[in-house]
Amino acid sequence: MSRSQAAKADARTGAALDVERIRADFPVLSRRVHGQPLAYLDNAATSQKPQSVIATLDRYYSEYNANIHRGVHTLSEEATAAFEDARRRIAAFINAGDAKQIIFVRGTTEAINLVAQSWGRGRLRQGDEIVITGLEHHSNIVPWQMLCEQTGAKLRVMPITDAGEIDLDAGRKLIGPATRLVAVSHISNALGTINPVAEIVRLAKEHGALTLVDGAQAVPHLAVDVQALGCDFYAFSGHKLFGPTGIGVLYGRAALLEQMPPWQGGGDMIKVVSFERTVYNDLPYKFEAGTPHIAGGIGLGAAIDYVQQTGLDAIARHEQALLEYATAAALRIPGLRLIGTARHKASILSFVMDGIHPHDLGTILDHQGVAIRTGHHCAMPIMERFRIPATARASFAFYNTAAEVDRLMAGITAAQKVFT
Amino acid sequence: MMDLKDLYQEVIVDHNRSPRNFRAMADATRSLEGFNPLCGDRLTLYVKMDGERVSDISFSGSGCAISTASASLMTDAMKGKSREEAEKIFKSFHGMLTDSAPPADPAAFGKLAVLAGVREYPSRIKCATLCWHTLHALIDGANAPVSTE
Repeated sequence: MSRSQAAKADARTGAALDVERIRADFPVLSRRVHGQPLAYLDNAATSQKPQSVIATLDRYYSEYNANIHRGVHTLSEEATAAFEDARRRIAAFINAGDAKQIIFVRGTTEAINLVAQSWGRGRLRQGDEIVITGLEHHSNIVPWQMLCEQTGAKLRVMPITDAGEIDLDAGRKLIGPATRLVAVSHISNALGTINPVAEIVRLAKEHGALTLVDGAQAVPHLAVDVQALGCDFYAFSGHKLFGPTGIGVLYGRAALLEQMPPWQGGGDMIKVVSFERTVYNDLPYKFEAGTPHIAGGIGLGAAIDYVQQTGLDAIARHEQALLEYATAAALRIPGLRLIGTARHKASILSFVMDGIHPHDLGTILDHQGVAIRTGHHCAMPIMERFRIPATARASFAFYNTAAEVDRLMAGITAAQKVFT
Repeated sequence: MMDLKDLYQEVIVDHNRSPRNFRAMADATRSLEGFNPLCGDRLTLYVKMDGERVSDISFSGSGCAISTASASLMTDAMKGKSREEAEKIFKSFHGMLTDSAPPADPAAFGKLAVLAGVREYPSRIKCATLCWHTLHALIDGANAPVSTE
């Protein structure tokens, strides 16, 4: 592909976003790797952080670092206000209705484990069923397997098609009166498929089953409205949303969260403790034992501010243009096979090459400053489904450019030269 | 900085394209599976022993260029070696990739020296050593599959 094509793609997406200005907000994007400018195309693993997030963390630690809740001194009051303000902004970001429905956790994985254990462990019996899909990350498989082992419930899996879409016709037959919960990813991390979550939630509701949506890959790419989706739980991580690592969110329907027992015991999750009896705290603190990741929560609030200022609609338009451009370029490379060709996809390009193992490709691309991920992407059942050991995966964020896509494709061509 | 050509040398590319001793062995004395769960590399190693000596050795499976070339070169190097000699080569090869200092005399490793460049790529060392750990376990008489993790 030519430079002018790349410029055209940049121009096309440039209408939506001023990418050069955005790139200047992300300090790491100006570094070099192996003497080449970094082209960071591993955003599905974790995203880079804008200066505003980094400065927010710095400000918390340098100006008002203190433990939150119950402190009567100034620093504690400031930290508490900032942390709770972040919670309110997160609630608004996914239209949660009430900030008490936002529970801070370490990440998506912890959120799903919380639901599996707090909601599921005391409730499920032999004969009950949990339904997941063939597109899930290990974090939306293993917690349910553990729950099934503990309770005797059964795990059922909606199959996927050759395009990497959930086979809804087959899925419909799996959801029935025995189904207690359906857990589904909003967007597949390995293939990029955007799943018909609202439809799956409707199906689950018809049979009285609850729903949990793993939104780790969705919140950076599309506007999420948990009330419009109608799901009972929604989980996501801060670090994929341009925020800090170690902080994430579980949203839950208030009535459900009220009924659920605490998951971990400790400080902050109680009202009164004596050796005879403990009275648990109200939502959301009931589920937040111990000192939370205060800086992380405040930093996530700053990341959400950044995303909202940029605008998720503009972000989605830019990323879709990049995905189209990259897909067309990839299809022109002989010996390249895309894995995951769903009709509705986020900006993730998973592929395999004839005669080149993904790990060799990853090393060769790294030498040209192009960072992609190679391997099973914590989704071994998907690799099994497509009978491949691994894929190479380029995943784009709104700060990526068509010129970076060109460098990816040039790197792939260079790798082909090494191996022929 | 390492040049990429030091990692993907001609010899490695050639052994990846046409791996030596790449076949299942029906009359093997013993065989063992090796697995790298991080990248999905999977190989089965077969040996035919003539007393204490490796009379034949082969492998099957799928992996990256580093892992395939390493298994190809290793099986070539092991043919005819005694159990003790094989163990010695394993130890020195492992040292070549994981010792804190690079080998003083790479030429002492013969053909295996082409894999010395892998030591500059920490994330790829397990690719090169998977087959070697599998061989080590096989010679030791292990029955459980070998995993790099």
